Amino acid sequence: MNPLSHFVKKLSILFGRQRFQSELDEEMTFHREQAEKEFLAAGMMPEAARYAAMRQFGNSTRLKEQTHEVVGFRAETVFQDLNFALRQLRRNPGFAVTAILILVLGIGVSVAIFGFVDAALLQPLPYAAPNRLMAVDESGAAFPVSNLSYYDYLDWKRLNRSFSSLEVYGGTGYLLRTSAGAEPVQAVRVSDGFFRTLGVHPMLGRDFAPGEDRPGQAKIAMLSYATWLKRFGARRDVIGQTIDLNSQTYTIVGVLPREFAFAPHGDAEFWAPLQDLNGCEQRRSCHNLDGIGRLRDGVTLQSAVADLKNIAAQLERQYPGSNQGQGAVALPLAEIIVGDVRPILLALLGGAGLLLLIACVNVASLMLVRSESRRREIAVRGALGATPARLTRQFVTEGLLLAVSGGLGGVVLAAWTMTVLTRLLPKGVATQMPYLADLRLNSHTLAFAAAVCLLASLLLAATPAIQLSFQKIRDGLAEGGRGNGSRVWRRFGANLVVVELAVAVVLLVGAGLLGQSFYRLLHVPLGFETDHLATVQVIAPDTIFKNDQQRVALGREVVRRISALPGVQSVGLTSVPPVACNCNTDWIRFVGKPFHGEHNEVNQRDVSAEYLATLKAKLVRGRLFADGDDASKPRVVLINETLARKYFPGEDPVGKKIGDGDLTPASIREVIGVVADVREGALDADIWPTEYTPFNQGPDNYFVVVTRTAQDDGSLLPTLVRTLHSIDPNLGTMDESTMNLRIGSTQPALLHRVSSWLVGGFAAVALLLGVVGLYGVVAYSVSQRTREIGVRMALGAQRSSVYSLVLGEATRLIALGISLGLVGAVAAALLIRKLLFGVQAWDAATLVSVAVLLAVSALLASYIPARRAASVNPTDALRAE
Amino acid sequence: MAKKSDLLPGTLDMLILKTLARAPLHGYGIALSIKRSSDDVLTVEEGSLYPALQRLLLQGWVNAEWKMTETKRRARFYTLTTAGRKQLGIELTQFEVMIAAIGRVLRDPLEA
Repeated sequence: MNPLSHFVKKLSILFGRQRFQSELDEEMTFHREQAEKEFLAAGMMPEAARYAAMRQFGNSTRLKEQTHEVVGFRAETVFQDLNFALRQLRRNPGFAVTAILILVLGIGVSVAIFGFVDAALLQPLPYAAPNRLMAVDESGAAFPVSNLSYYDYLDWKRLNRSFSSLEVYGGTGYLLRTSAGAEPVQAVRVSDGFFRTLGVHPMLGRDFAPGEDRPGQAKIAMLSYATWLKRFGARRDVIGQTIDLNSQTYTIVGVLPREFAFAPHGDAEFWAPLQDLNGCEQRRSCHNLDGIGRLRDGVTLQSAVADLKNIAAQLERQYPGSNQGQGAVALPLAEIIVGDVRPILLALLGGAGLLLLIACVNVASLMLVRSESRRREIAVRGALGATPARLTRQFVTEGLLLAVSGGLGGVVLAAWTMTVLTRLLPKGVATQMPYLADLRLNSHTLAFAAAVCLLASLLLAATPAIQLSFQKIRDGLAEGGRGNGSRVWRRFGANLVVVELAVAVVLLVGAGLLGQSFYRLLHVPLGFETDHLATVQVIAPDTIFKNDQQRVALGREVVRRISALPGVQSVGLTSVPPVACNCNTDWIRFVGKPFHGEHNEVNQRDVSAEYLATLKAKLVRGRLFADGDDASKPRVVLINETLARKYFPGEDPVGKKIGDGDLTPASIREVIGVVADVREGALDADIWPTEYTPFNQGPDNYFVVVTRTAQDDGSLLPTLVRTLHSIDPNLGTMDESTMNLRIGSTQPALLHRVSSWLVGGFAAVALLLGVVGLYGVVAYSVSQRTREIGVRMALGAQRSSVYSLVLGEATRLIALGISLGLVGAVAAALLIRKLLFGVQAWDAATLVSVAVLLAVSALLASYIPARRAASVNPTDALRAE
Repeated sequence: MAKKSDLLPGTLDMLILKTLARAPLHGYGIALSIKRSSDDVLTVEEGSLYPALQRLLLQGWVNAEWKMTETKRRARFYTLTTAGRKQLGIELTQFEVMIAAIGRVLRDPLEA
């Protein structure tokens, strides 16, 4: 018999199933009738003969099924299972909807978070051979990674043997002349081989040629793709056109491709060769650039670092004045770009994984409860001849159906979540994370979703299957049977609940710690009042404001005009706003104190007379600046308390003199006062020694206007910008924002906010699922023991002893779950301790409150069924079965 | 009802084919014929008979068609095909080899 005609026959039976069925029916009826006749002929009574025939014939349904199996396809029974599974789920929509929703949530959240992890940590950087690209920087005593000085860079480039190319870049702001006036734009100055090193080719025009980054070369620039679209209407004839940046004419030579992004300067619109060195770049001691290098083939990162350190040591000997203590660091470029977000993303992925686990366990235990209540059905099907394999397959099919529905819903939820979350990112942060720009479902996330779905299916399919294998069909058939099946369930279901509770503890503790970190971060002492402060950055073109006098005059005019606005209480100018960074530093030396070339690194801020008063910073000693402290007066300086404590311990610093490393006469300033620490650095950074110098003694074309108003600070912002433009339309303004918003969107605040909210959400869901899971177990156990409880009560047991019977069991589970969870929580918290701020991983208060919270909710959840058990009427319970 | 004797495994197909080799029969007739010709020793359970008949149909060893019985009832009659006859030969040979082998095993201790 050849397999083909075999198959064709089966197929014809499959399509003529109706006929097959009715023929089989007829044949069997005939058989029964014949047998009946024979019994009659043998002298049986008609009734008895019919029963005898039926008995002899046996179970006709089973017989039909067996016959069907011979001619049927395997797939056909799969469809039957599926059909039956669908019917089961439809019959119990509450269960189906709950289970699928839980799975959608668990799978959706974990797939979405994985999407972020994939985009940030797994996808390679969009450059050629990105794993050979290294970030190269200097390291100093105060900064493990600090900027690179231009002259040091030149020496490193010349002397190193490890990099096939070594390039530098540095961000800058330009004023772009547009038809509407001056507009500040972000730009990056790069050495000529920057794009060749990255392996990026312009999509239009040409790259910078070797040598074009030398001083005196023709001014040229490349456009980012977004700028080409926005400002130049995506015209291809843009190459060769000129633009006006800082009143200098630049020729556009190229447009960068759409997929190009450079995270450290994600918002850069223009890219220009270094060319003319700014003031900082003319000094070896001034650090303002960053390096990237491509490792030569076969060179390891370690040997490259050793190479650079050798060069740095050589430069230290050669230039002790500027290079003492300056080392070198190199690390994968990806580290610079995603290093900050890696711990938080991994923590979130862990949290999402735990949520997924709890969701699956919850659905599995729901299925267990349900399969318990379907024991009769299973037993009947078994008695009717369903094989154990077939019964197991039925449950596997139902589990698969749930997991697949949950998975499909989860993918949809994930796609939506990813879009929403990326949209929620503030613009400033989004530009630093260009890798999130195109976040959507891709092959990686779909593969991950499929894997998660598969694991969930395995768990969901295995749970009832394992349980089924323990169960004896006969027990199921026994009236009201509570055989070993229940014991299995109790053991199994109870284990699942312990897992759920433990996972809930881990997530709750994580959320508690992250929430506390976020709270403490937002409540670190700032040293000034953030409410009612409006800030705006100003860039004054240096072609118009050429000298210090003009700049001082501009500063005074800005303060005068803005102070006159209604509601404005005071106005100050600063070179760097507070809560920005420990940056713009100065190396100082003290007149009359021993000095051995050490780098006394302090923050340096140029501020106007009213600035510190506007912040409401506290003056501790001496006086603040006056508007008259300008170039015509002796040079003065204010210091913060940290500087006073560090360098003038036990002394009154007022009247002391501070200068640069060489005590150049022109650099000497007299300390006129001490202010309480204002947080200049990031929220999670240490307070650094800081010196404030009068704006009028060192004015700049760039400054930040800080305005304290009696009214709403947000509504003042447009007026501020208008006023500045009315002073001079050529003033560029940017980043107008209230102080509170500015602080809230700094990276530490943002990362902590995101992590505490997300993990908090995970924890809330976990708490709910865990408690509901426990309720299910206890309620089920009570419903199974109604009779036992009835007997106990009939024999004189008190209500209280029924309570303790039920609650005792629940308490054991809760205690076990919570203790396991606490151990896991401390371990998990140690893993995420990098994300914690001002709180320890083993913070007792958090651990205790989580334990109490969970214990109370869990006991409440078990109290409800316990109450039901205690209010059982013994006679009813005994009569019930 | 007489105590049922279990058929030797694998022999049902052969018995059906052999029965059909004598004359076309319906399912009940096959069961009856096997029972009678074995002097009520072999009882074919319906639970095995109908699946077996479908199996044989599928293999192409028997054909089935609806005909009238002597009592004017419609019944499905099974006929042996050429392939079925060949298969019967194969199975008989195998069975005889098997029986002979079993017989030798059972005889040995007595001769020893």
